[in-house]
Amino acid sequence: MTDVSIVAEGLAKQYRIGARRSGADLGWGYRTLRDAVSDAVSRPFRRTRRWPQGNAESGDPGTTIWALRGVSFQIGQGEIVGIIGRNGAGKSTLLKILSRITEPTKGYVELRGRVGSLLEVGTGFHPELTGRENLYLNGAILGMRRIEIQRKFDEIVAFAGIDRFIDTAVKHYSSGMYTRLAFAIAAHLEPEILLVDEVLSVGDAQFQRKCLDKMEDVSRGGRTVLFVSHNMQAVVRLCPRSILIEDGLVLKDGPTDEVVGAYLSAGLGTSAAREWRDLPSAPQGEVARLVAVRVLDDQGQVAQAVDIRRPVVFEVEYDVLRGGHPLRTHFELRNHRGVEAFSGHDLDPAWRHRPRPAGRYRTRVTVPGNLLAEGTMFLTIGLTALEPRNHQFYLRDIVAFQVMDTIDGDSARGDFGGHMGGVVRPKLSWDNAYEPGGTAQEGQAVDQ
Amino acid sequence: MTVQARTSVKEDGRERTAQGLRDAPPPIIRIEPSRGWVALRLRELWEYRELLYFLIARDISVRYKQTALGAAWAVIQPFLTMVVFSVFFGHLAKMPSDGLPYPIFAYAGLVPWGLFANGLAQSSNSLVSNANLVKKVYFPRLVAPIAAVLGGVVDFLLAFVMLLGMMYFYGVPIGMRILFLPAFMLLALVVALGVGLWLSALNVQFRDVRYVVPFLIQLWLFSTPVAYPSTLLAERWRVLYGLNPMVSVVDGFRWALLGGRAASGPMVAASALAAVVVLVGGALYFRRMERTFADVV
Repeated sequence: MTDVSIVAEGLAKQYRIGARRSGADLGWGYRTLRDAVSDAVSRPFRRTRRWPQGNAESGDPGTTIWALRGVSFQIGQGEIVGIIGRNGAGKSTLLKILSRITEPTKGYVELRGRVGSLLEVGTGFHPELTGRENLYLNGAILGMRRIEIQRKFDEIVAFAGIDRFIDTAVKHYSSGMYTRLAFAIAAHLEPEILLVDEVLSVGDAQFQRKCLDKMEDVSRGGRTVLFVSHNMQAVVRLCPRSILIEDGLVLKDGPTDEVVGAYLSAGLGTSAAREWRDLPSAPQGEVARLVAVRVLDDQGQVAQAVDIRRPVVFEVEYDVLRGGHPLRTHFELRNHRGVEAFSGHDLDPAWRHRPRPAGRYRTRVTVPGNLLAEGTMFLTIGLTALEPRNHQFYLRDIVAFQVMDTIDGDSARGDFGGHMGGVVRPKLSWDNAYEPGGTAQEGQAVDQ
Repeated sequence: MTVQARTSVKEDGRERTAQGLRDAPPPIIRIEPSRGWVALRLRELWEYRELLYFLIARDISVRYKQTALGAAWAVIQPFLTMVVFSVFFGHLAKMPSDGLPYPIFAYAGLVPWGLFANGLAQSSNSLVSNANLVKKVYFPRLVAPIAAVLGGVVDFLLAFVMLLGMMYFYGVPIGMRILFLPAFMLLALVVALGVGLWLSALNVQFRDVRYVVPFLIQLWLFSTPVAYPSTLLAERWRVLYGLNPMVSVVDGFRWALLGGRAASGPMVAASALAAVVVLVGGALYFRRMERTFADVV
């Protein structure tokens, strides 16, 4: 790797949560009780893990948290690398260090080239200013020169599709227009290194697509892009390489397909059954409260892995707290790339359109065997009360399971050992017609 | 484009093409933990002058949005204060005013005072009010308090035009001394920024600053000869009094515009020295605390 763009060596970041960091450094570590209480509520890094050695080292047990614990990697010039991991794994902290917003506690980073970071679209937008004024301000904040902004002004406005409103205060914009303008500015940044954090989670699908295309163009221009996202589809599409961060460490670094697969199938947090024993904290709406979601095999047992040939059962258990509403359970099934395989909702004739009295319900749906493709599948569950329509809960990718294909030869795979694509793998009926001697004789026309 | 240019530089390290010169090899930025006191990095600050400009432009154009009187507030505030001072201090308390009509005496003090007080208030709050920027993008953090102080200059100019009008009304001639005015204005900005740097860095850690600032400005107003002349103090205390740099600013303004007794050299020197010490100390302290801003603010 001769043209290295980013080198990170042993990056670690410690947050002090007991005493505020520099206050403690200066010996002003005392704080009032009220501070401590408000801290506990507002600290942004509550979900990060502790690093026991770190606590011993600082001699201040229980008050420090290591968001990163020694992250090293090298990224070549022009590479597009996805950074994935759970919430609180340390992705955002890593990006904050790379974009120089905060300093590492240990280790170092070397960046070759100007860095543009996009941790949030519309940073510094002021509602009272017009689109034009915000465009200049935001461009300057993101590190664009004024001449550069002037040169790209028309292009940016056209990209955002807000020509007519460019001299209107952005507080009068719809949220879609606001987002489009913000992203259009960001998409026209041209630093050598671009850091992007989860910005594609906003905007409508069509505009997201446009932004993805634009980012692909950017990376083709030889720029290095680091892309943090939960949107596995976007990561898979944009980044040939990914780095999986877990618990402040690099867990895996390699081709995106492998890393994304490892992230999803290692069941980093997702198992085949979820139960809420502490009822008040369970997902709930005014009418119903979720108790459990399970993936079962055809024997009724919770199944982390199911045979591709056997049916699989999704079970949702919930309490109806206030009777009198018809309810509709629905599910969505996605593969490890986030591609939706199919969805469905409760069609049980016994309860369709019928108000349900309070009590506990267990709704099951059976997916036939020989339908799903092999790999990790993620189940999303929702419950809607009808008349009036009112969502009770919606839990994306709440449980996951593996679909295992066989080598027995009686699945859609047969005895083929290679790659088969798709989100479903139905076993279809194949038929070959054969006529003995029907083959065209040598030298004779086929359609006699 | 950039790739090609850079490759050509690589192939022949010494001889750069015209394109290669434009796309000079990118700078290497090293990010590592800093310890203790750190350099001010004024060169980098200069590179971010456009951001400074846009932040000032934002503050100015937003300041009076959705107000009925708009920029008139920049004049109304010192003017009404002058009226109140004139009634109570000038008329009722018969406060001496160095032989000048009390209203113009007070107003000539209030105009630079407003530049200082607004700059101080805005800059001490600048990091907290720009918290979303501080947490989301990198820029030399010094830009925030500097922009906050400079944003007050427009208000100052509006109030100053009013001052010129009053001078015309009272028949005060403009002399060559007015050329010294920018120096006193600069002194006011330096003091506002110096104190603002200390307070803005402290404000990130301790929001108590929010309550301290209005109180501080109030006390400072009474210890500055805005409503009264500095001649109330005995001559031998003047240099000591000058350690409050705003004394020289206010006296200097009156001298440069209205004439009369010149501010004493030693007093102005003491003020300038105090202002520079506060500014440099504030900048160093600010830079030292800077590394924690994004984590704490």
